[in-house]
Formats: sequence, structure tokens, C-alpha cells
Amino acid sequence: MLDFLRQPWPWYVAGPLIGLMVPALLLVGNKALGISSSLRHICAACVPAGLPFLRYNWRAERWNLWFVAGITLGGFVGYRLLGHPDHVAISAATVRDLRAQLHLTDFSGLLPRELFALGSLAHWQGWVFLVLGGFLVGFGTRYAGGCTSGHAISGLSNLQWVSLVAVVGFFAGGLLMTWFIFPLLFR
Amino acid sequence: MKNLKYLVLGTLFGIILTKSEVISWFRIQEMFRFQAFHMYGVIGSAVAVGLVSIQLIKRRHLKTISGEEIHLADKQFSPGVWIGGVLFGLGWALTGACPGPIFAQLGSGVPAAAVVLLAALAGTWAYSALRERLP
Repeated sequence: MLDFLRQPWPWYVAGPLIGLMVPALLLVGNKALGISSSLRHICAACVPAGLPFLRYNWRAERWNLWFVAGITLGGFVGYRLLGHPDHVAISAATVRDLRAQLHLTDFSGLLPRELFALGSLAHWQGWVFLVLGGFLVGFGTRYAGGCTSGHAISGLSNLQWVSLVAVVGFFAGGLLMTWFIFPLLFR
Repeated sequence: MKNLKYLVLGTLFGIILTKSEVISWFRIQEMFRFQAFHMYGVIGSAVAVGLVSIQLIKRRHLKTISGEEIHLADKQFSPGVWIGGVLFGLGWALTGACPGPIFAQLGSGVPAAAVVLLAALAGTWAYSALRERLP
């Protein structure tokens, strides 16, 4: 059992378990699965600055902050205690493309060190990948009213056409970055 | 401790996200390059299970453990759904993380995730400030 837990989990184990989070949160407390709202609650709690969008009773949504605190703890347990491979077993084609286009050489860990080591903030790469990327995640999810969990998992599960529009947008943005902007950045 | 159950569910969620490697930048690149089925399998089967569960809850009129009626709000449309969606997609490909995985990466000990999280908070704050001037 422990051996199984320590392996990377295949999609047909992880996907259904993620799907079960939707009814679990509903049955336990009438909560809709969603993560990006936590960013708004943190802003409302720490730097409301009199903005109307950040003036609401965030304390009533505290469960969401406990949930993301749990996710952080889960990241620790899943990676540090339940073991992890040195290399994420991505396809050979992806390795080849990332070598050729993004000039990556180090494929160990969860993220490429050449782009995500803190020292990369001394170069444009760090500012683009970490700072601009993070900013777009925070800005875009709130503007769209949800992220991969709120729209893709929760919204699509509840047959929300709005969420389908959002998910098409997510993919359009990701494809645009990967296929058109990356080649320009690393020309 | 009525919030403890959310901490427990969040921890389980974080473990699943981590063990299925969906918090890896490499996996997200592989997805956007259509070079493996993994991410599509994870998201697709999650939606399938979520969909069946919600149908069961609705048809059987299931209640929460404290006996409340289960309420699911409809998502509201605005032009922001697709504009914001595309902006988030650009950020998703850059950081290799959506909001959930940022927290899981942080817990797994990736220092860069703290920078990404701060930037994401700045983005959320900037949206809150500009909201009235956006389409």
C-alpha cells in the first residue's frame, strides 16, 4: 500500500479523487470547490485599501483559507513524506521541445530550475515566468470569476456554460503562450 | 473547530494534486503541447465524477451532514469570463500552476512558489482596483 502511495499516481486514480472533492465539500458544508477566491479573501483581509470589491465579510469565507492551508500542507505531505521521483516522467517529445526551444537542460524537480530558481529574478526570465505569470494568474482568475477548480472542475460538473467559455479561454491563453509567445521570448 | 474539516479535505486535495504531478510545470507544458494524455485524463475524469456526483445530489435531494439543503449557485457571464480566462491561461502556461497548485508547490518546498503567490495576490488586488474600468 505504502509503495503504491509513493509512486506518482496515474490519472485514473487522481482524476476521480479530485472529482470527489466536489460532492465532499457540498455534503460537508455546502461549499463549492474553488481556490482562486482565497486570493481575494487574503487581499480583503490584508490590504483592503477601501476598494469596494475588497469590502465584504471575508471572515464568512474563512473555510476557503483553511482549505488552501490544507493544500499547502498536502503539498508538503505528498512531496516530502510520500516520496517523489527525481524526474517527472514527461514524454520524450516534450523534453526534446523544451531543450530545443527554451534551452532547458535540467529536467529534475517539479519546475525547471533554470527558470524558477530564485536567482532567476536577476534576469528577465524570472520576472516574466514568476512575477508576470503570477500576476496574470491572480488578475485573470478573478476577472474570469474562477480558475481550473472553480470553472473547469466545479463549473463544468454543474453544466455551467459560462464555465465552458472560461475553460476555452484558459486553453486559448495557454496555447497562445506555449506556441506563439515562448518562441518569440526565446528566439 | 468547524473549519478543521476543510483543513483535512484541503490536505487530501493537496496530496492528490502533488502525487498526480499536476503541480509540475513540466506536466502543464506537456498538456499545452498535446504530448501526453495525463492532464486530459485527470481533468476529464475529475469532471466526469463531479458531474455524476452533482446529478446524484440533485436527483436524490441529498442534504449536507448538518441537514441543510444543498445549494449550487449559477456562474454569471460577463465579458471578463473570456478576457480574464485568456489572461489566466497565459499565466498558467508561464508559471505552470493554477491557484491550487501554487499552494501545493509552496508546501512541497519550491521557494519560487512564494514569489508566484505574492504576484498572484498583486494581480487579484490590481483587478479589485481596476474593476470598474474594465469591460
